[in-house]
Amino acid sequence: MARIAGVDLPNEKRIEAALTYIFGIGFSSSRRILSATGVSPDTRVKNLTEEETARLRSEIENKYRVEGSLHTEIGMNIKRLMDIGAYRGIRHRRGLPVHGQRTHTNARTRKGPKKTSGTVKKKPRPGKK
Amino acid sequence: MARSLKKGPYVAESLLEKIQELNKNREKKVIRTWTRRSMITPDFVGHTVAIHNGNKFIPIYITENMVGHKLGEFALTRTFRGHARSDKTSKRR
Repeated sequence: MARIAGVDLPNEKRIEAALTYIFGIGFSSSRRILSATGVSPDTRVKNLTEEETARLRSEIENKYRVEGSLHTEIGMNIKRLMDIGAYRGIRHRRGLPVHGQRTHTNARTRKGPKKTSGTVKKKPRPGKK
Repeated sequence: MARSLKKGPYVAESLLEKIQELNKNREKKVIRTWTRRSMITPDFVGHTVAIHNGNKFIPIYITENMVGHKLGEFALTRTFRGHARSDKTSKRR
């Protein structure tokens, strides 16, 4: 099992797809890495030689921001927006969509599951005015 | 879409002149402005700009981190303090 940047790559997959299991690497950067290192995108992870794995590892570790350090970078960017009091930072703080989407309906990804307020009409219960 | 780099950042002429005047005289004065679309350039750092939000001027102290943002991003135009509690929930409390 190949282990790159702290992530185990699935054995049965083509290396092109397997690299995308690393946070920060999608298909385009995966292809770019493979052509830079000269590894065929069709090799299965289990068929990689030690030397190929080492080449991939050094390429990714030296030229790409992945996993932890990418997460921190993203976090820092968001924190900066919040600290300077920009509109986008305030949207982050409130957990609302940042890019100007509507919030009248939808926006459930940012707002989380629906919170029904007491405005829903209930059948009048006896004993209560 | 982002603005073409060829054009450089947009700052309203009138505002830029005032800022440069302050920089030249080493003064610190609050500048009122309506040009929310102006980008903050390094010249602005350390000044306080009162940005119009459509109603009032919001004084904002410009720090280094704000360079590259537009003035309008720092003066919110909307007032929203949450929805009123519905009757039932407030009665139950």
